[in-house]
Amino acid sequence: MGKLIDFLVTSIKVSLTGSRKYYAWLASLLLMVIFGAISYYYQLKYGLIITDIRDQVSWGSYIANFTFLVGVAAAAVMIVLPAYLYNYKEFKHITIFGELMAVGALVMVLTFVLVDLGRIDRMFHLLPITGTPNWPQSMLTWDVIVLNGYLFLNLLIPGYLLYKAYLREKPRRWIYIFILISIPWAISIHTVTAFLYGGLAARPFWNTAIMAPRFLASAFTAGPALMIIILQIVRRYTCVGQPGCKLVVTDRALFTLAHIALISMLVNLFFLGSEIYTVAYAATSHLAPLKYLFFGLEHNGVTYAKLQPYMWTAITMEIIAALLLLFPKTRKNFTTLNIACVFAFVGIWIEKGMGLVIPGFIPTPIGEIWEYYPTLMEIMITLAVWALGFLVYTLLLKVAIAIESEEVVHPSAKDKEMPEGH
Amino acid sequence: MVDRSRREFLKKTATGAAAAVIPFANVRIPVIDVTVEELLQSHYKEMSEEEKQRVIERLKREYKEKYGIDATIKTTPPKEGVVWGYALNIQKCIGCRRCVYACVRENNQSRANPKEPWRGEIQWIRVLEFEKYKIHPGGKAKDFRTKFGEVLAGINLEESEHYYYPEQVPEKDKFYMPIQCQQCERPPCVKVCPTKATWKEPDGIIVVDYNWCIGCRFCIAACPYWARRFNWSDPYIPPEEINPRMHYLGNRIRMRGVVEKCTFCIQRTREGRYPACVEICPVGARKFGNLLDPESDVRKVLEKKRVFRLKEELGTHPKFFYFID
Repeated sequence: MGKLIDFLVTSIKVSLTGSRKYYAWLASLLLMVIFGAISYYYQLKYGLIITDIRDQVSWGSYIANFTFLVGVAAAAVMIVLPAYLYNYKEFKHITIFGELMAVGALVMVLTFVLVDLGRIDRMFHLLPITGTPNWPQSMLTWDVIVLNGYLFLNLLIPGYLLYKAYLREKPRRWIYIFILISIPWAISIHTVTAFLYGGLAARPFWNTAIMAPRFLASAFTAGPALMIIILQIVRRYTCVGQPGCKLVVTDRALFTLAHIALISMLVNLFFLGSEIYTVAYAATSHLAPLKYLFFGLEHNGVTYAKLQPYMWTAITMEIIAALLLLFPKTRKNFTTLNIACVFAFVGIWIEKGMGLVIPGFIPTPIGEIWEYYPTLMEIMITLAVWALGFLVYTLLLKVAIAIESEEVVHPSAKDKEMPEGH
Repeated sequence: MVDRSRREFLKKTATGAAAAVIPFANVRIPVIDVTVEELLQSHYKEMSEEEKQRVIERLKREYKEKYGIDATIKTTPPKEGVVWGYALNIQKCIGCRRCVYACVRENNQSRANPKEPWRGEIQWIRVLEFEKYKIHPGGKAKDFRTKFGEVLAGINLEESEHYYYPEQVPEKDKFYMPIQCQQCERPPCVKVCPTKATWKEPDGIIVVDYNWCIGCRFCIAACPYWARRFNWSDPYIPPEEINPRMHYLGNRIRMRGVVEKCTFCIQRTREGRYPACVEICPVGARKFGNLLDPESDVRKVLEKKRVFRLKEELGTHPKFFYFID
């Protein structure tokens, strides 16, 4: 127990000490969180009226970002799976970055759900004992279970491994059971999130069996793309990869991630194409939301097309990213690789964020066209949630790097070698 | 089992006798603006009779303070052997929207407020205007140009007009179709609710416990009839316009952040009166009654007319029927 407390205290100390640049980064994230918190205060006081979400388009920026980030959280599995099931050595060092990315993403996911609630004061109605969860009927209750379970797994696994590394002890075997469970669990979080949409017969745009596969494919593109960029930042600004540091992120690991992103992106584009074909060729009433998304909808001489430029941007970015990742020359050149990763990440953020949530509501089930565009306060809250996630991720990474690079160790274990399994 | 122990627990903490036991019961939490007592209130279906009465007393007190009105809030239960049904004659409907406004007045929906325009107006009934028919020689859409022209007629929701303001209704070449909650037998909105805050009563009406709803709006996304509304802000109702005859599951005044919907005027129909929309309709297009009673208006319509239901292919089994003469 004393050791555990020592581990936690040291972790907090380590996470809060750093260079001037580190403090500047933390402060800017904190500032964004504060601005968002102020906006959220008004939302609490006056209601969701401060957003542009209305009866016609009843979910907006919050749920769009929620959906996208569940994918980022799930994508950690793309590192864990090769590392543990295939014993892929290049990924052994970076699994912890992936798992902690999942934690950061889940912080955002859960916060986005909470800020979207009209009555956050009653959220305990969702839980057993204090509330009446509509389980197993409501997919949202499933989502509460799988998301919190996944958060638990991704706190437990890296937390335990870091603790053991801090003590220079070999991790016990039981942790591998949790690691194995975390693999299908990652798939489940994004599947359930897709089912939230896919199960609604009222919304033809979402009511399609390809929803969950498409969600997973796009997640496994955006997640690794983000990982590639973060790992490079880590290599550049921390001790990782410096002479004498025990923690290494190899180019090969990055290129393997790029390969995963490539294949997932191609599958994602294929799924998207299948969906577009089915809807467009049959040309039933299901077509309207898709038409809205790509070309705008015309009603009584007015064309409604606010999302159109974003969607074309997204598709263009995705195709460019796919091409850059496809050719070994551009995949193995860091400039073009980074462009590809940013394009893939942003493209998918648009496509399965706003590009998926908003058109589901347009037109309404009884034919009204009403366009949504987030308000300034809504954007501030959205940014704040992102900043909060990155803040948590940064602090966790700081600790992980310090321990994994053997910079920080428990006083009693100073002379010990790092044992196998780390 | 869990449910039972939970109920016991809640009973102990929240029954009338134990009212004084809740610490700080009357303390108002700032910003979210609810009292501790209201926050800890249990689900309507789990309340004992005393608990219901106590909540109602509290609501009456609050309405008195805030609006200066003396309200009666009933909890009249459903009657045995009654399942409510509704029938609407779209041939008779003239699109005057008197039903829309009668509903707003009866059910204490939020009104438009010129001084605070951000506080939205809520209407439970939406009247759609359709062109009787339209023939576009050569086709309407360029990509479907045909030699014979394109005919648009009948109920095509995507062609409907929701915001029509002519001098006089009905317009010669138009017809109208009001849409409100269809009180589905298999309601998708109830299925998706994560907290069981909305449910189907034994008389077939879908109700919401406004104090249990967490405002996730999943039900709004799930409803194929766009029949649910959200309180994006605190509702605005001028005190003199409040209907003081209320039902707990119906037209009592809502709060910001919760979903509301048509209840077939539960406060009226459970007392043997017609819904407000039925009463106000100047052309008698709206029929209402007990589907289990062969003599009811709605059964007579089913007997004599050919009816259809909206989006029946979605498997929702509405208890709201449309018909023509």
